[in-house]
Amino acid sequence: MGRRALILAIGLLLLAGVPPVAALMNQPFYLDLIRRMMIFAIAALSLNLILGYGGMVSFGHAAYLGVGAYAVGVLAHHGVDSGWLQWALAIAASALVALMIGAISIRTSGIYFIMITLAFTQMLYYLGISIEEYGGDDGMPLATKSQFSGLVDLGNPTAFYYLVLGLLIACLWFSHRLVNSRFGMVIRASKSNDPRTRAIGFSPYLYRLAAFVIAGAMCGLAGALLVNQTAYVTPEFMNWTRSGELMFMVIMGGMATPAGPVLGAFALLLLEDVLSAMTQHWQIILGPILILVVLFARRGLAGLLLGEREGGGGSHG
Amino acid sequence: MAETLLEVSQLRKSFGALAATDGVDFEVRAGETHAIIGPNGAGKTTLISQLSGMLRPDSGRIRFAGEDVTRLSAPARSKKGLARSFQITSIYRDFSALDNVALAVQAHAGHSFRFWRPAREEAALREPARRILEDVGLGARAEVLAANLAHGEQRQLEIAMVLATRPRLLLLDEPVAGMGIEESSRMVGFLSTLKGRQTIVLVEHDMDAVFSLADRISVLVYGRIIATGAPEEIRANPEVRAAYLGEETA
Repeated sequence: MGRRALILAIGLLLLAGVPPVAALMNQPFYLDLIRRMMIFAIAALSLNLILGYGGMVSFGHAAYLGVGAYAVGVLAHHGVDSGWLQWALAIAASALVALMIGAISIRTSGIYFIMITLAFTQMLYYLGISIEEYGGDDGMPLATKSQFSGLVDLGNPTAFYYLVLGLLIACLWFSHRLVNSRFGMVIRASKSNDPRTRAIGFSPYLYRLAAFVIAGAMCGLAGALLVNQTAYVTPEFMNWTRSGELMFMVIMGGMATPAGPVLGAFALLLLEDVLSAMTQHWQIILGPILILVVLFARRGLAGLLLGEREGGGGSHG
Repeated sequence: MAETLLEVSQLRKSFGALAATDGVDFEVRAGETHAIIGPNGAGKTTLISQLSGMLRPDSGRIRFAGEDVTRLSAPARSKKGLARSFQITSIYRDFSALDNVALAVQAHAGHSFRFWRPAREEAALREPARRILEDVGLGARAEVLAANLAHGEQRQLEIAMVLATRPRLLLLDEPVAGMGIEESSRMVGFLSTLKGRQTIVLVEHDMDAVFSLADRISVLVYGRIIATGAPEEIRANPEVRAAYLGEETA
């Protein structure tokens, strides 16, 4: 615990040091890139709650990224630029969508669960494409960035950066508390052995549904951040390939490890960035790398770098 | 002692043409250890699964502590005090032994919509769990990952989890299955310490275990109970000997 907490603290300090260094080197691009990585890290953390700890293979997690982004985009489109309102709606709408999708999909398991979550997300994707008012399949630019009563200016790249970093730390802390609470133990127990969980007297459904909603809400927040990052919202946010990327971040980083998804998000986006600069056919290189990670690093990057073990096993306390 | 804790009447369950439970009647008295024996395929596990709520019977009735529980789910029955162990050990392999038992304690300590406090630091869960682990003889193994326990220890752990739910009736599905002689005699020794304090339904193949633990025995053959009685009556029953015991007691 001590060593891992130390590594995590060092990592976060390094992240905090990025803006001055980028400014010094006159490379604002890196600020942008790393901010984007952190936003996806929040989305991956939220997926890890249900995929890693809950064993719920949601193949539609990009839905909440999209719902969060559209909530902000649509309000801004209609002239509502209060970030408090926009982000509250982004989180609430994502939670509500997660509640509806979860209520149905959690009754199933295995391949059915995967297909249902995928199908719902595709529905939302096509909904986004079909609404002309909001740009259809072209999407629409974000009218104005979210305004926070002059408290934080998202137009300032550094201020926005530190806001995202702060939220990332908050999400890391929140998920750490969550998965080790009584609630988290039920979710993990149900993943580990569902018949046993029922036999000792838990009814896992409501707990799993609650976890699904919490994960959706957290990813909705990431969506609200993402639309401010790109200043644009399109149905592509909800594309199934995006859901796949989120899954890869979690798996590559280390399922059911506290900080693995952050590593996964950083690694995947960095690889994409580096490889796409090298060649147009960068996916041909990325694919085998992902396969190797899945085959040879069962605990993902967190297992390789931090000696992290999957699951509840060891004592964290 | 004569109070009836569990009463099963005319229970039926078919899988296609196979009547796995074919009109079973029996009752378990409070405080007794009631063994159910029968040849392979007699429907013992199917019966236990219906008692614990994991399988729904086609017809018939199960009354527990005077209440009809036939339609209740497994978690609901667990809350009422019916607890089962599985024939194939069912534990949380990726959690420590202590976590396993603490989870069982937690399941009966109110709702678990508690999102913030670390469960592993709650004395209200850890202390009772630790005591029960001591009771079953796993006190020194509390921090070991359940997957790394020996087979016999895993079975002990499962019993510890079941006990942690503070059941009024313990349904044990072949607790000594797959154990070596030494492990199995240790388990039988432990179960005998529960006798009298705890009402037990014991499904078991190991006749030594059955005859040393059971107060009464019911014999299940092809989904029907063909005899119920004290161990010596069952041993002497010609019908039972023909159907089942023959080769074992010869």
